Amino acid sequence: MQTSEAKKVNYLSAQHTVASWLLTIDHKRIAILYLVSITVMFLIGGLMAAAIRAELLTPAGDLMGSDTYNKAFTLHGIVMVFFFLIPSIPATLGNFLVPLMIGAKDLAFPRINLLSWYIYMVGATIGIVATVTGGLDTGWTLYTPYSTAYATTNVVMPAIGLFITGFSSILTGLNFIVTIHKMRAPGMTWFRLPLFIWAQYATSIVMILATPVIAITVLMVAIDRGLGLGIFDPKAGGDPVLFQHLFWFYSHPAVYIMILPAMGVISEVIPCFSKKRIFGYNFIAASSLSIAIIGFFVWGHHLFTTPQSMYAAMAFSIITFAVAVPSAVKTFNWTATMYRGSVSFEAPMIYAFGFMGLFLVGGLTGLFLGALGLDLHVHDTYFVVAHFHYIMVGGAIMAYMAGLHFWWPKMTGRMYPEGPAKAAALLIFVGFNLTFFPQFLAGYAGMPRRYHYYPPEFQIFNVLSTAGSSILALGYLLPLGYLLWSLRYGRAAGRNPWGATGLEWMIDSPPSPHNFDETPVVTWEPYDYPDAHRRTAEHAASEAARV
Amino acid sequence: MLLSLFLFPPQASTNAPEVDALYLFLVALCGLTALGVITAMTFFAIRYRRTPENVVGHDIHGSTALEIFWTAIPFLILMFVFAWGASLYFKLSRPPEDAMEVFVVGRQWMWKIQHMEGRREINALHVPVGRPIKLTMTSEDVIHSFYIPAFRVKADVVPGRYTTLWFQPTKPGEYHLFCAEYCGTEHSRMGGSVIVMQPAEYEAWLAGTQTAGGGTPSSGLTPVQLGRKLFVEKACATCHLNTPGGVGPVLVGIYGRQVELATGATVKVDEAYVRESILTPMAKVVKGFPPAMPTFGGQLTEEQVMSLIAYVKSLSDGGDAAAPAPHSGAAPAAPTAPGAPAN
Ligand code: HEC
Ligand SMILES: [Cu+2]
Ligand SMILES: [Cu+2]
Repeated sequence: MQTSEAKKVNYLSAQHTVASWLLTIDHKRIAILYLVSITVMFLIGGLMAAAIRAELLTPAGDLMGSDTYNKAFTLHGIVMVFFFLIPSIPATLGNFLVPLMIGAKDLAFPRINLLSWYIYMVGATIGIVATVTGGLDTGWTLYTPYSTAYATTNVVMPAIGLFITGFSSILTGLNFIVTIHKMRAPGMTWFRLPLFIWAQYATSIVMILATPVIAITVLMVAIDRGLGLGIFDPKAGGDPVLFQHLFWFYSHPAVYIMILPAMGVISEVIPCFSKKRIFGYNFIAASSLSIAIIGFFVWGHHLFTTPQSMYAAMAFSIITFAVAVPSAVKTFNWTATMYRGSVSFEAPMIYAFGFMGLFLVGGLTGLFLGALGLDLHVHDTYFVVAHFHYIMVGGAIMAYMAGLHFWWPKMTGRMYPEGPAKAAALLIFVGFNLTFFPQFLAGYAGMPRRYHYYPPEFQIFNVLSTAGSSILALGYLLPLGYLLWSLRYGRAAGRNPWGATGLEWMIDSPPSPHNFDETPVVTWEPYDYPDAHRRTAEHAASEAARV
Repeated sequence: MLLSLFLFPPQASTNAPEVDALYLFLVALCGLTALGVITAMTFFAIRYRRTPENVVGHDIHGSTALEIFWTAIPFLILMFVFAWGASLYFKLSRPPEDAMEVFVVGRQWMWKIQHMEGRREINALHVPVGRPIKLTMTSEDVIHSFYIPAFRVKADVVPGRYTTLWFQPTKPGEYHLFCAEYCGTEHSRMGGSVIVMQPAEYEAWLAGTQTAGGGTPSSGLTPVQLGRKLFVEKACATCHLNTPGGVGPVLVGIYGRQVELATGATVKVDEAYVRESILTPMAKVVKGFPPAMPTFGGQLTEEQVMSLIAYVKSLSDGGDAAAPAPHSGAAPAAPTAPGAPAN
């Protein structure tokens, strides 16, 4: 059986030329293109993180000058947020899985899909080259009037890079929405969709509605700086705080571009390794949508220390607390999914456990920041840095790793080695906590963020943090090694190594170029693990009877 | 005890213990929540682990009652946390009427501080213990943020407008002052200390040499005195007489009142309004007057604008001495102005 499967043409073996990759319109190949590009971005961003952590080992700025330090954290932030995290799950796993999960042969607009990768590459290249050659020292937040009138570094080019990259997100979001509306297989009703699809759908809405705002905003920064229009310059009657409103109108929802798909991954992994239906399907689906919608009205919680009206601040605070509820609901449902399940502990599940722990801490510490009087103390300190790393690294990247391991057999046809994968998950979990937990304490003790020099009493936290980051780095390098290794030496995966439900598991691994030989007709509910188990048992019994 | 020293910055204002109380409440609340979820997860994972007898989960869809329960309860708890946080913020947004005022100007990369009694300093702020203190702040360049961890307060300092921050120190000592908003190369070294002193020590300090942080030609004058001097030098006094009949309105007694504008709207005369009247007079024109006031935008430093405001304010503090300076050209050397104790 394995030999016959190997002989079949799959999307990887169909063609081998470089052009067949660069001009591909197969969503699965485009997913791989993204996977490779964002991995490179992750390494660049990670290198900057390492430089920052090394510098902060001591209170004095002894490793590099302040300008270099400022450029390092700016590059770290921009690369990680815009070029790694935003495209991470949607553009790789989403691209690969959306058509497979709904029983379609491709996305609605395959050429636009390829175009979005090229746009991403052009934007990212401009961004990186400009940031590396001239350097950018504004922080990823590009606050005005520093960025428009005072920074002596290269602001315009990276801003144009970000502007261009925005279109890549918009096109991907558009493609997903149309695909999910129009290309579902017969019988694949909305409430039979895997929750990963609901999450991608909600994410796509955010991408389409929010990204144009950041694109225009960075363009305004570039124009203001290039032509001296003074949109954000008080000397010309402009308002520097206006920029922050526009920036966070995108950048808060952008957090959901990162975390909603992550939640989608977890909603697939936990039922599979509990061999049980997901608990409260409708509530998880609805919470994705409500997070996407309510998430548009909380941006002002980044501006509690700016001169915004007291009543506006209170409105933003109360909505911020409201948006925490659907995330809590999801967490409870995931936990309840394991109740009376049949839980096993393969690497994707270990990563999912890691996600649960870290996302819990990240989400709960968000409450500290949403509480107005308390935020005035911890805003712009390391408390904030710790909080958003728990969400964006602990949450989003942990789930990305869970998903990558879960679908790796599907994407490559090979199993990753289980032992090293579990070890890496553990290293990442321990390293992560050691890196970022002390930063909560440093923040409450009063250490401001983006500090190159700091008072000596904060050193203890920074030493712990730097120590943790070296473990974390090891944890991230390990998968890079064993996943590449598995491409050649990994055990053949077969169609469905996890005994998972879902259309993507009913076809070959790796799938054929057109995904489904014949369009599937869906007659069952998602996550019907009890029934799937019954069917497999019956199948085995009839096979046995036949022989 | 040692642990708390390690985890908290010093508690040195009336606000600090209140913020810490909310913090500790949240630590407990979130700690218990996290503990509960993690315990449940661990318990389920072990109790329902896969065994040869347990190869598939039970057929459970969910429970609407549970969903309602774990939506409603967190929501109610969160609304309580919101109200607690908002009440602290409400207090911090409204400086007490009797607060002692200090002017702060931020610039890359230093804090310039001007006391109403005339003393100025750089990267240090001396204040007496036990009195509410209100800072009126602006920036000469980019956005900075004035942060005193020991007081648990922070406010952005924005070019082109005033922001305020108030606190009431409770413990003498020296505390960190940081710039919390990234502002360029030396951001991490834009700071200094806040020194809280006993009132008597503070008075002595105020009466000390006037040269600290000096170097500007106006050093040695209180803001009100400097404002009075500028009022004459910049020819404000030619239009703003102390009795009606001048080209511009009388400024005596206007501070804190409502003013009717040519558009029919009314505004309260506060720091922001006086600042705007001086720098962009056309933005709000007073009813019954021609838009004849020249623009002073770009001609005055932030300290000068603040001094003019202090002077206009002093004209409303009552007393004969509040009359505008005579239209005589040379400024009086250093007459005692209201609100400024003789030094
Ligand atoms: C050429 C005459 C002229 C000069 C010089 C002048 N002003 Fe005025 N000022 C006016 C007029 C006329 C108005 C009323 C119209 C308006 O609001 O613009 C006014 C309005 C004001 C107001 C608002 C008063 C209110 O009742 O609301 C303030 C405050 C003020 N001026 C301060 C100053 C200061 C400080 C200076 C010097 C730096 C100054 N002015 C110089 C003519 C003048
Ligand atoms: Cu936010
Ligand atoms: Cu600063």
